Amino acid sequence: MALVKNNLVIKDAWINLDDEQDLPTGDVIVSLERWKTERETLLARSGQLGIRLNSDENPDQIIEDLAVFQVIALNFPTFMDGRAYSYARLLRERHGFDGELRATGNVLRDQVFLMHRCGFDAFEIAAGDNKALQIWLDAQKEMTTFYQPTGDGRKTAMSLRQRKRLAKAVS
Amino acid sequence: MYKYDDYDQQLVDERIEQFRDQVNRRLSGDLSEEEFRPLRLMNGVYLQLHAYMLRVAVPYGTMNSAQMRQFAYIARKYDKGYGHFTTRQNIQFNWPKLVDLPDILTDLSKVQMHAIQTSGNCIRNTTTDQFAGASYDELEDPRPWCEIIRQWSTMHPEFTYLPRKFKMAVTGAPNDRAAVAIHDIGLRIRRDDQGDLGFEVMVGGGLGRTPMIGKTICEFLPKEDLLSYLEAILRVYNQFGRRDNKYKARIKILVHEIGAEKFAELVEKEWEEIRDSVLHLPAEEIEEIQAHFNPPAFEVLPAHSSAYSEKVSSDQKFAYWVQNNVREHKQQGYAIANISLKPIGGIPGDINHQQMDLVADLADQFSFGEIRSTHEQNLVLAHVKRDDLYDLWQRLDEYGLATPNSGLITDLIACPGLDYCALANSRSIPLAQRISERFGELDRQHDIGKIQIKISGCINACTHHHVGHIGILGVDKKGQEFYQITLGGRADENAKIGKIVGAGLSTDEVVDAVETLINTYLDLRENADETFLDAFNRVGETPFKEALYGAGKK
Repeated sequence: MALVKNNLVIKDAWINLDDEQDLPTGDVIVSLERWKTERETLLARSGQLGIRLNSDENPDQIIEDLAVFQVIALNFPTFMDGRAYSYARLLRERHGFDGELRATGNVLRDQVFLMHRCGFDAFEIAAGDNKALQIWLDAQKEMTTFYQPTGDGRKTAMSLRQRKRLAKAVS
Repeated sequence: MYKYDDYDQQLVDERIEQFRDQVNRRLSGDLSEEEFRPLRLMNGVYLQLHAYMLRVAVPYGTMNSAQMRQFAYIARKYDKGYGHFTTRQNIQFNWPKLVDLPDILTDLSKVQMHAIQTSGNCIRNTTTDQFAGASYDELEDPRPWCEIIRQWSTMHPEFTYLPRKFKMAVTGAPNDRAAVAIHDIGLRIRRDDQGDLGFEVMVGGGLGRTPMIGKTICEFLPKEDLLSYLEAILRVYNQFGRRDNKYKARIKILVHEIGAEKFAELVEKEWEEIRDSVLHLPAEEIEEIQAHFNPPAFEVLPAHSSAYSEKVSSDQKFAYWVQNNVREHKQQGYAIANISLKPIGGIPGDINHQQMDLVADLADQFSFGEIRSTHEQNLVLAHVKRDDLYDLWQRLDEYGLATPNSGLITDLIACPGLDYCALANSRSIPLAQRISERFGELDRQHDIGKIQIKISGCINACTHHHVGHIGILGVDKKGQEFYQITLGGRADENAKIGKIVGAGLSTDEVVDAVETLINTYLDLRENADETFLDAFNRVGETPFKEALYGAGKK
């Protein structure tokens, strides 16, 4: 398993905590369930906090608490389950979440780019470091033209056309 | 029609390279079949009973002559010399090899065509009225809106892994020829009280196991809000549509389970958030796309033509073709010509490469180089000068393309069925051929009048059999093919799901049964102007049921 972020394989400094595990020191990612039941304890700790959500756990449930989390890990139980694409866009574009948005689970070569377009910036890829990095690098250079505006800042065909027309009108 | 600019072309080119790489990774074993499957589907590649099948998108059923010629070339070079037009206005090639597919897609891209999202759990090709831009009754040409939807929905990063496939249709005319009410989203261009044009938005229509007519969730949507509203619908569906059972995953089930009102509320709430976002369509952007669909350079022609009238009165065969296959055009002196892909005893929707080349030539010669495909699996030349109709007809006739049966009983719709399709329970094509032969005689067809028979080889209902005037569904009972008949369905502006009349019929019985239904209609109709559907609506199913199964039986 490799964690790819900002075109690099990085060491995962976070402890992905099971619900049964005792709270360690350091930065932890907890389940929604644990966040709900141990909220006060978790807030009282000194380490950073992340949360992981399954695809059937809508982030609506944590919208009030977004500032608490440095990482939100959205799980793809299978790559065919596309709910987290919407969750990611809503977290980024509507609710202004600016921490790490991590894609976990069945994160594959042919979907990571779509995930990036929706606001994910970290990818847990089930491969060795070199292979995982290559998967990300290959995937993100495949497409350079986009029709849909998302929060990723990539220019859409429509905006480029408008710019072209304006330039023409000015000259 | 729409012409790609550099951005459109680049996107398609990049997509082909992406798919070429995916095919290579599949061949090298890097991708499992399970991982490859949705990728190939989203590039139009199915694995059928005997071979791969490629479904090429014909966006909203409009193509030019160069594109049609390219289909002919592909049919010759990579296939067995023919193709098949589908009920989503697309074309399918039945025999390509997997290794050839990236090259076929490259050949298609040379004429601005692709197979993107013709399958898979994503937004599919948007369909529309085959007479768009030509028909006398339309408020506005719906195709610019289809193109706007095409661009927005192509490789949408958020909506590529939906719970299930997603289909949209748009009509610009009150007489709905696009069957919008049986789509996941149906859009009907209409006028509000101020006279402004906008959309009535329907959601949750669809057939399959659970046939449903779409519900209107927005009476009038301003045009510039189209994309934000669609994005709101899709976002609600993507989050809340069921993913636990693929038979309950279409948006119609979500709309049904939570109710159309509640669904509309969710959409409205989401829409308010994004209505004024970058999805808001600037007027100049709309105009830019609309300009691609400006009417061709029509000539000013007189209202009457004696040369044409003379041909109609002197050539009976031509007169029949005109009567059945030619429709009124909004431009004086022009006509809409339907090209039937339903020769008597033939395979509905099939067309060979010589016929494709001919249609391309005729489009150049007579119809500004433009061709339409219809969801009834026929072709249309939309802008033919009335005085050219005779020449056009003669050339079509030479190639077996002038069957004068548009809208008549032999203009039946059939899916590929068990002869090709991996999903089918029964054969559709041989049944279509037998019905066509049984009723092939033209006088008899005229006597029967307007009627639509739709045959699906399985419950997925590709031909929309639930909304056929007579619908025939093939089912498999212990290894035997049976056919279940529905009556009284319709797909137009008064869309309605047909009623199942009784127990399934065997392959041997079903053609006789259709004949019994037709004879029953002929016996009980009030006069020759009362169509099958009108008569059925007047008398109900009982006389038909009794004729089929005997009085007092179920």
